[in-house]
Amino acid sequence: MKDPDAIFAPTFRRRGRSSMGWVAAWVCAWVLPHVCRGSELRFPPPDFESGYQMPVTDYPAARGQWLEWMDVGVLIVALGWATWLAFGRRSRRGVTALSMFSLLYFGFYREGCICAIGSVQNVALALGSRDYALPVGVGVFFAAPLLVALFFGRTFCAAVCPHGALQDLVLVKPVTLPKWLESGLGILPFIYLGAGVTFAATGAAFVICRFDPFVPLFRLSGGMGMVLTGGVLLALGLFVGRPYCRFLCPYGALLKVASALSKWRIRVTPDVCTQCRLCPESCPFGVIQEPDSGLTRPRDLAVARRGLVWALAALPLVIAVSAGGGWLFGRVAAQWHPTVALAEDYARQLPPEAVAQLPNPDRLALGRAERQAKELLPRAMELRRQFRTAGLWFGIWTGLVIGIKLISIGMVRRRSEFLPDRTACFACARCFASCPQERIRLGWTPMPEAVGAHLPVHGSNPLPEGKPGGCGCGGGGR
Amino acid sequence: MSASGTPMDPNTRREFLRNGLRVAGLTGAGVAVGVLTHHTASADTVWQIDPRKCLNCSRCATQCVLEQSAVKCVNWFPICGYCDLCTGYFEPQPNGLNTGAENQLCPTSAILRKFVEDPYFEYTIDESLCIGCAKCVEGCRLFGNGSFHLQVRHDRCVNCNECAIAKSCPGDAFYRAPAHDPYFHFTA
Repeated sequence: MKDPDAIFAPTFRRRGRSSMGWVAAWVCAWVLPHVCRGSELRFPPPDFESGYQMPVTDYPAARGQWLEWMDVGVLIVALGWATWLAFGRRSRRGVTALSMFSLLYFGFYREGCICAIGSVQNVALALGSRDYALPVGVGVFFAAPLLVALFFGRTFCAAVCPHGALQDLVLVKPVTLPKWLESGLGILPFIYLGAGVTFAATGAAFVICRFDPFVPLFRLSGGMGMVLTGGVLLALGLFVGRPYCRFLCPYGALLKVASALSKWRIRVTPDVCTQCRLCPESCPFGVIQEPDSGLTRPRDLAVARRGLVWALAALPLVIAVSAGGGWLFGRVAAQWHPTVALAEDYARQLPPEAVAQLPNPDRLALGRAERQAKELLPRAMELRRQFRTAGLWFGIWTGLVIGIKLISIGMVRRRSEFLPDRTACFACARCFASCPQERIRLGWTPMPEAVGAHLPVHGSNPLPEGKPGGCGCGGGGR
Repeated sequence: MSASGTPMDPNTRREFLRNGLRVAGLTGAGVAVGVLTHHTASADTVWQIDPRKCLNCSRCATQCVLEQSAVKCVNWFPICGYCDLCTGYFEPQPNGLNTGAENQLCPTSAILRKFVEDPYFEYTIDESLCIGCAKCVEGCRLFGNGSFHLQVRHDRCVNCNECAIAKSCPGDAFYRAPAHDPYFHFTA
């Protein structure tokens, strides 16, 4: 506004020092709202005679767009570099160094925000709501790690994600979890992903951000509950490698799916697996799988087939039950949306004495609900409908996840070498140095003829496998 | 899975499936990008408060995820009345119109009162002390011109996906402003 006086006609005399000021103030408060609406001021801004210059209000700019592009650039460079370090250099030291950089940049400098994990919700909201537009940078943060995973697996987890880097930093004494626990907890990320997408697409909440355990640490400020959760996870992370990544991270669930299709994968050995059994110990996440000759005995095969048939038969039932649960969940979850919550409070028509006991902001909110009831109530009804649909889909998704887990229990893959599970491997490069072949490659172990006599040589391979560099799903010619 | 006569080596079969699914995934990603570009903002948005909707409820002081709320009070001088008895500065019925702590409405003494010329006083806000409680905003709105107003300060705001204050704002006063123009304008 350039010339306030031209717009605001003088209405009242300025209050002086006398106690009349208060009287005038009260008159203003009661009379003015009725007399002057909108752009008129109670006290015209003064004409200064002393040459007083009005201070200029400073408006600190928001974070520049170019900085946003810098984040995107850093992400892409870090992704490429991490992939090269894991596949080309096969260097644990390099991966660690890069992950420390990512922890400092994406963690403590960017305070955990912008992040690929949360971007899932932005994409869901952009697909679910007409009012929200997806910023391009956020779109890249969502898509780039997934695209890389389609070809190289989870190199994002290795050295780009600050959450992973932080948990890797505290890991001192990894213990191996029982298989059933590992496998059972492994479905949590998929369910969390479903919940996160449900709440984000309906515009109710960004639960993945709200319940992020490490962002309070990056910001050095946050709610007590989340600070404690982060602390507990880090304490757990002393002994259980990357607990958040393995059993909670919703983006990890997407990366799992993408890396299952990856064109190339991390192999422990650079050359030929001698089945020396040294590498499984080196993986703190227990993802290196032993060679498996598959189900050879007919009885085992019959049992496995029967299990598979039962699991397949149970699939529709599991999905149906879960879908019903999701529908009920959607009804409850609608209350998480502030608009629905307010409309419900308003429709409940609390007695005046109950309203008087509410904290001031809640009373003010009820006042707004009363003024805007005509828009608020239909909007709340619409949101509830959306929530029921979204809850139904969430239930179907959860049922599908559980069903697929049941089916996969009976599946046995044939493998001829020690190989990391491609969906669970973080590409952290820890296992490489445990492989004698790698040590020879690096020149850490000399390769004289005396030692070399035991080494397998291409052509005269003592292994029952004719294709050492294969994808590890087992040779068919046995 | 017999030893011989398999139509396709399982390795090759899996590889074929995997390749097919990867191509499908890439195609899906391409389609998703296509859909989302219709729905994408080239510029970012940030949070801001619409003072016309703000109800001065004081939640901005407590709900922000930051230890020090990113919301601060700002005096918009062009509409400030420069009142001697500033109802944003003084408690109701102050002992005297002076800077005594007992007279001040602001719990952290963040408002500085400076004599300009008779009978005008300038009120500036020490942002490092302001907690965004909106007590002064309420006083200024009730009896004054309403030049005190709350703003999301963008040197502090971390621009959460889901603004914790916005979620609990009783007036629904938070909106997303374009990042290149992140402050509310009083007049069109």
